[in-house]
Amino acid sequence: MPINRLRLGYLPLIDAAPLIVAHEMGFAAEEGLDLDLIRLSAWAQSRDMLGAGMIDAAHMLVPMPIGQALGLGPRLPAFDLVMFLSQGGQAVVVNTRIEENLREIGHGFDFADARAAGLALRRAVPGGLRVGVPFHFSTQYELISHWLTACGFTPDQLDLITVPPPMMARAMAAGEVDAFCVGEPWCSFAVERGIAALLLPGRAIWAAPPEKGLVLRRDLTEARPDETGALMRAMWRAGQWLDQPEHRGTAAEILSRGEYLDLPSELAERGLTGRMLISSSGELRRAPGFIAFNNGAASFPWKSIAALIASRIAERRGLEPLAAMQMAMGHFRTDLYRKHLRPAGAPLPGASSRIEGALAEDRVVPAEKGQMILRADSFFDGFTFEPPNPDSSAD
Amino acid sequence: MPKKLLIVVVEPDPDRAQPIADGLLAAGDHDIRIIAEQSGLARQVADLRPDVVLIDIANPSRDILEELALASEPSERPVAMFVDRTDEQLTRSAIEAGISAYVVDGLRPERIKPILDAAIARFHMFQRMRTELAATRAALEERKIIDRAKAVLMKARGIDEEAAYALLRKTAMDQGKRLPDIAQQLVMAAGLLCR
Repeated sequence: MPINRLRLGYLPLIDAAPLIVAHEMGFAAEEGLDLDLIRLSAWAQSRDMLGAGMIDAAHMLVPMPIGQALGLGPRLPAFDLVMFLSQGGQAVVVNTRIEENLREIGHGFDFADARAAGLALRRAVPGGLRVGVPFHFSTQYELISHWLTACGFTPDQLDLITVPPPMMARAMAAGEVDAFCVGEPWCSFAVERGIAALLLPGRAIWAAPPEKGLVLRRDLTEARPDETGALMRAMWRAGQWLDQPEHRGTAAEILSRGEYLDLPSELAERGLTGRMLISSSGELRRAPGFIAFNNGAASFPWKSIAALIASRIAERRGLEPLAAMQMAMGHFRTDLYRKHLRPAGAPLPGASSRIEGALAEDRVVPAEKGQMILRADSFFDGFTFEPPNPDSSAD
Repeated sequence: MPKKLLIVVVEPDPDRAQPIADGLLAAGDHDIRIIAEQSGLARQVADLRPDVVLIDIANPSRDILEELALASEPSERPVAMFVDRTDEQLTRSAIEAGISAYVVDGLRPERIKPILDAAIARFHMFQRMRTELAATRAALEERKIIDRAKAVLMKARGIDEEAAYALLRKTAMDQGKRLPDIAQQLVMAAGLLCR
């Protein structure tokens, strides 16, 4: 089999695991691919380098290609998200002053109940709250604004500030943010420095928050379909490997090496195993399924999720919502997912769009072949979202 | 005569910032400010209200500028958008040179292009210097390791420097490996055996 070299951009986070594992554990080589993994330092850098063809594919925040699709970024060739790479993996972190206030009013830091944590936070922080998020278009932005608005914060009491993940702890120490929401290991990193406590996992707000996606330029998916498919299969198999609990410790070791995260493996292991130290006094909380890569159809890029995120962005920016949803849905390539992952044996749902937030528990549903398990995806406040019909016209 | 443009260069390294500023001044009569301190970057930029902001593509603080560029109220938007959105080629050239530019809304393309061209030229120069520096460092390291390997051979086998070098070269050729790699292995093995 000829070896094809692909350049992949990623940011140092535990959810870059599928790329790193595909490379290190040979899933890419099995597909005839040689991956050149390029560590980047900013999300905008990833977007720009992908647009200019300096990388072939990127580990990217799921809402980023939607922002591009809505014309809210620089003028670059069209991007497509071909699969999700991870679900969850984020946590909400507060500084130690807020932690003390929360404890004083009796909050128990159960690291599970989003409503209780949100209402306690509302009482503990009488004024406004500055929350760091990794990017303007990020799952974290959506989680924080949904959760805190539902818990009684008004939009003018919330200031969502962009801070790159590795700089979160520093921004908190410098008093630039009171709280933040970012992917691991950067939450545990702040706890380790004694400046923060973990309040909630992202999954407590939305049970199946899509976090990173595999994003390629549309012209590459068209011109090089074989390599696109090979890359998707390598990522999918890496996700399958990662979702076997006995592999998570090994994954933490690999990810933590100098060329990847360059941090003690004990930090990456917390998020990967869901055993979280929530405060510097060493309190342990178990968060089963803190991050998922493959189980429960985690990698299927539902068009309804594109619509949900597009509707939120459209609302904030005064765009026409239906047109925005239609535009975004066209960039979540469930067609490529079906075509390229069917041969790998990925379970394929009957529809590509669904009501988001409707599953309170994991559910067995009919699949293209046999049955499959869909993971629970409810919001803590019972919110549901019905997407527009994918075939209805934008006007 | 159009008013002077205020150009902000975000660059912590003064040895890079100054040549960029010089290049921009050579391209036109502009007002240049350099921001070296990354903390409070958003506020610093917002206070200056520049016409153009230039920043290294790999600077993590870029994502913070990105937020400014996307502020929902035009009055809160000190830097409007990216390189002129109509010019895909210019955007691409800038990215390839490793530079990001944020340009205030409504600035005419003919005023942006010379600035970008000057910045792009400087950034390409840095890339070349960085590559050269890395190559020089690597060469130096390799020479050091070959010298140590020669010393090991001279001592162990009682041969002179020329013979030691010839032996290293022959081994490298026989094994189909690079000379510095063979030298590295020898030095490591010698280190293990002696201790």
